[in-house]
Amino acid sequence: MNAITNYVRSLFLFELFKGLSVTGTYFFKRKFTLQYPEEKAPVSPRFRGLHALRRYPNGEERCIACKLCEAVCPALAITIEAEPRDDGSRRTTRYDIDLFKCIYCGFCEESCPVDSIVETRVYEYHFENRGEQIMTKQMLLEIGDKYEQQLAADRAAQADVR
Amino acid sequence: METVLQLWTSLPVVIQIVIKIVAIMLPLMILVAYYTYAERRVIGAMQVRNGPNRVGFFGLRLWGLGQPIADAVKLMFKEIVIPTGANKLLFLIAPMLSIGPALAAWAVFPFDAGIVLADINAGLLYILAMTSLGVYGVIIAGWASNSKYAFLGSIRSAAQIVSYEIAMGFALVGVLVAAGSLNLGDIVTAQEGSVVHWFWLPLLPLFLVYFISGVAETNRAPFDVAEGESEIVAGFHVEYSGMTFAVFFLAEYANMILISALSALMFLGGWLSPFPKEWVDGVFLLDDGFHWLLLKTFFFMFLFLWFRATFPRYRYDQIMRLGWKVFIPITIVWIVVVAGMRVTDMPWWFN
Repeated sequence: MNAITNYVRSLFLFELFKGLSVTGTYFFKRKFTLQYPEEKAPVSPRFRGLHALRRYPNGEERCIACKLCEAVCPALAITIEAEPRDDGSRRTTRYDIDLFKCIYCGFCEESCPVDSIVETRVYEYHFENRGEQIMTKQMLLEIGDKYEQQLAADRAAQADVR
Repeated sequence: METVLQLWTSLPVVIQIVIKIVAIMLPLMILVAYYTYAERRVIGAMQVRNGPNRVGFFGLRLWGLGQPIADAVKLMFKEIVIPTGANKLLFLIAPMLSIGPALAAWAVFPFDAGIVLADINAGLLYILAMTSLGVYGVIIAGWASNSKYAFLGSIRSAAQIVSYEIAMGFALVGVLVAAGSLNLGDIVTAQEGSVVHWFWLPLLPLFLVYFISGVAETNRAPFDVAEGESEIVAGFHVEYSGMTFAVFFLAEYANMILISALSALMFLGGWLSPFPKEWVDGVFLLDDGFHWLLLKTFFFMFLFLWFRATFPRYRYDQIMRLGWKVFIPITIVWIVVVAGMRVTDMPWWFN
């Protein structure tokens, strides 16, 4: 009996019509695609994108050249050279991040005692020539200045868990 | 009107025929181009995504309608790579051999009552011959490529097409018995009446067998083992690039449109209106006309895409089993049934 029902079911393409009805209903479903350049997915305050060096509100750069980030960096992407400044405070003379080496793990940000090196929400950037992947101190500070408001807000939002 | 007609008849017959051919080919080629676009959109929709929607015209998006044009231009400018071990002549002839029959078959296709390029009485036979010839393009392509994947693909496709050809032929024999004519125009007029008079009802098993065999014949999913990218890369056309590949692509889609149009013609009453003649006689768009044929053809074309989005590929031995041990017995039995209905002048359809 079972064999006969199976035979009839396959002969009348029962399962095939069932499959067609599934794809048929999906045909009219709302599509999930994000039209990327026009629409963007929400980004978390913990997002780890392009790096930046921050400043204090009075304009003084935060970095004190403790080299913790350089030490913790698993990809050896950070290169720091430091000297005492004219006023006697310890500052970096060179702070390079090689974005090809960087794995965006966020350890530098976690290790920083003064919240200087941070990762922004910026994820749309590209390089057109060799060498452009090295972010110098000047470039990092500029990025920090540009996104300071967002960076401060993100850090404040995460203050209770950091 | 008078002068246009005079101008037309004053032209040499050869020119007239060439113009007619262009009038068939040009819309067909545009349809093929937009069929590829429709395929990507429809399958995309069934997979809950959008499909191509960006390439438009003059800076407008237009739902990606420029996509097939962009694809064609890209393929035209790509290099045609001829493998070192390939038989150059056969390698280049193969794509033409596969598109030639796909286009030639349209010669006997009636688009409306009396509108046909060549109104020959052996139309059905000619169609059967032309659709079978397409397999040579695939076989020669696979052999001339001098590649094992291509060769495997062409062997698979040869065995498959030969097997399904029989079931398809028997299904058409059923149509021929029911209509009593090999002329495609006469086959349509034999279905006159309304939806229930069309051949799909008395020939339902043959109709299903014909369309499924048609899907197998065009090497489309779920019978696309000739391409089987998960097993043999891309089958018979691995070695083809640029325009030679595009011609294969064109041939495949032209064949799909042909099978759809033929199914509409032979089982869904071609250009006939689904309503009884007394109701819609002379009523605009509801009366018989080319638009009905177009609508029915589009329905079958949509089915091709729907199948591809739904069914996983058949295993090779299952394809053979289906063709030889299921379809051929069904068609043979139903031919006898149809003949019986015909002989006894069964009311409604055959009186």
